[in-house]
Amino acid sequence: MQNKTVAIIGGGIAGMQAASVLNRMNYNILLIEKKDKLGGHVGEWTYLFPTLRPAIEVSSNIIKEIKDKKIDIKLNTLVKNIEKDKKNFRIILSDESTITADAVLLSTGFDLFDASIKEEYGYGIYKNVITQADLEKIFAKPTKISNPCGKIPSRIGFVHCVGSRDEKSGNLYCSKLCCVTAVKQAIELKKHLPESEIFCFYMDMRMGGPLYEELYLEAQLKYGIHFIRGRVSEASEKIDNSVQLKVEDTLTGRPLKMTVDMLVLMAGMVMSETGKQLVKSANIKLSESGFIATQDMHIKNNLSSMPGIFVAGTINSPMSISETLADAKSAAFEIIKYLEESN
Amino acid sequence: MEKEKKIFKWREYQKEIADDHYFYVRSCIRQNFFPGSETAFLNILRNDLKKDVFDDPNHTTCTGIGYHTDIVPIETTMTVIARQFALMTEAGYENLAVSCVTSFGLYSEILDIWHHFPDVLAKVRENLYKATGRKFEIPKNLAHTSDIIYKFRNEIAEKGKYRLINSSTGQPLKVVEHIGCHYSKMFPEKGVGGAEFPKVLSGMIESWGGNVIDYPERRHCCGFGFRQYVVQANRGYSVSNSKKKFDSMEPYNPDFIVANCPGCTMFLDKWQYTIAELDGKTYGENGQGIPVLTYEEMAGLILGYDPWDLGMQMHQVQVEPLLDKLGIKYDPQLKYKGKNNIDLGQPYKPDYSYAK
Repeated sequence: MQNKTVAIIGGGIAGMQAASVLNRMNYNILLIEKKDKLGGHVGEWTYLFPTLRPAIEVSSNIIKEIKDKKIDIKLNTLVKNIEKDKKNFRIILSDESTITADAVLLSTGFDLFDASIKEEYGYGIYKNVITQADLEKIFAKPTKISNPCGKIPSRIGFVHCVGSRDEKSGNLYCSKLCCVTAVKQAIELKKHLPESEIFCFYMDMRMGGPLYEELYLEAQLKYGIHFIRGRVSEASEKIDNSVQLKVEDTLTGRPLKMTVDMLVLMAGMVMSETGKQLVKSANIKLSESGFIATQDMHIKNNLSSMPGIFVAGTINSPMSISETLADAKSAAFEIIKYLEESN
Repeated sequence: MEKEKKIFKWREYQKEIADDHYFYVRSCIRQNFFPGSETAFLNILRNDLKKDVFDDPNHTTCTGIGYHTDIVPIETTMTVIARQFALMTEAGYENLAVSCVTSFGLYSEILDIWHHFPDVLAKVRENLYKATGRKFEIPKNLAHTSDIIYKFRNEIAEKGKYRLINSSTGQPLKVVEHIGCHYSKMFPEKGVGGAEFPKVLSGMIESWGGNVIDYPERRHCCGFGFRQYVVQANRGYSVSNSKKKFDSMEPYNPDFIVANCPGCTMFLDKWQYTIAELDGKTYGENGQGIPVLTYEEMAGLILGYDPWDLGMQMHQVQVEPLLDKLGIKYDPQLKYKGKNNIDLGQPYKPDYSYAK
């Protein structure tokens, strides 16, 4: 054993992956998770893009890697404060206990953008306007797919870029995974409801990952999903709880009005509230996007502005699962380097 | 740590509205179509709420209709508005209370131009001084008069004799609210609740016991649109926009419509007659239209003002069924009597018996 302790805050896939690597290198690991189970957002997903494999395969595989290892896992625990004490960090937990660590990894992930801020889409106002996370919960139910009012939807709309690439929301960046998520969810819906009509309203289709473009083509050719370039200007509820949309089709240059039984908002990724509080307590810098400002986005992208505090995963920027796992391994390597050099 | 971005829900947004001492600027067209509303505003503010409002007989049009129909150049508009501000300054007031939504939008627009282009403001000051010898200050607070009624909605509710409740059933009345486009669609921060779900009228309705109808075409323009109406050939476009709204609100069976813009109130009221003549289609109960009120009329009814003193006999869609629902007593014999008891004459009653 190296006799050095690393505190990992956040038990999603980034935190677990880093814990696995650091454990293999014989460091003491304390993994702190605010919820009652590990797995983070991935644990709440049914199937993953682009292969539509069950999400549980990925999360359970990583959980298996750290299970039965000498990793101290604290569930239902929040970090109240992080203080640097000479070379070590004093971490105060929600149960008022204090732990000491030689290095800290922040892997608190992202929150979904609060779609109710974009009130023109009616989230939180109209029952049949949901987010992609709500749709995953519908997928997870064993019953036949229905909208929140209990109707089997015959026409469904997806709105891309909700809270992303949107100056009014304060988020200029692209969340980069919403496009492919919409394509995946549209295909899933079409599999459940072959008779349904599905419309995706997008600004640009950003399919920048392996097999994403192929999935997009499949959605059009095999599943007949309609992709309309243009932003929804307004959603409003009709008396039967269906949702009336006003859209500009920017390819034909014409306004469009249609009614859907369910509208799915592809809410972007934002820095998590938990992460924000931690960053504040540790006096760490944020970037313009609201995520962590690392020391150098190319060569020190896992190093926060505070030496000894590292970051991994979507606390840094929007990332796919593959990218998050690679980033966590990279962060683990940086931590090892830091601990060796500080000997 | 970087400064956290302030992102908020617009419908929770409250603008600053002055508490007292208003310099009042009137609408050009309201006094013709809803002649009691501006008087009602002054009476409510002065007599019921004990506020100070100055109504200067020297003030003029803001030029809004001429500006939006490309008849009046913007330089002229800015100088006319500067003169209004000069009258306000000379009278010792700092808070402008604007009766018309077109004017309110135009004042907001001109103030925004002056904010971004101080050289234009300097030129306007010079032009006004050369033409009239007047100087002016920028208002400290700019409010539409519906903002002011909204601000005091709870006081009005406390003093009120009626609520927006069906006196027969005890159920809240179902109310369509329509906000003029120039209230907050151009500058969301100038309107209570922003542009998507402005609170200015719905806040009054809720405070006074009614239910607000959220219908699909709630935010759609009434169709006035200046060029649509002022250019006679375009009037079909104007009426078709109003029809779109009526068709959309019809399934909710509204008891009445309330609007905060002179043009909207007028067209939502009068186009119902036009549509009935064109299509034989009516949207209210018993083959009648849906009554359309100004917010001052709505506030006046709550406070127990006589409907004929509020000028409600001048509406296209007759208001008696609504008054009956509210349990408001009125004398039908006095409907068309002027203040001096002279008979004002009665309008012809539309007969839709020929309609299919």
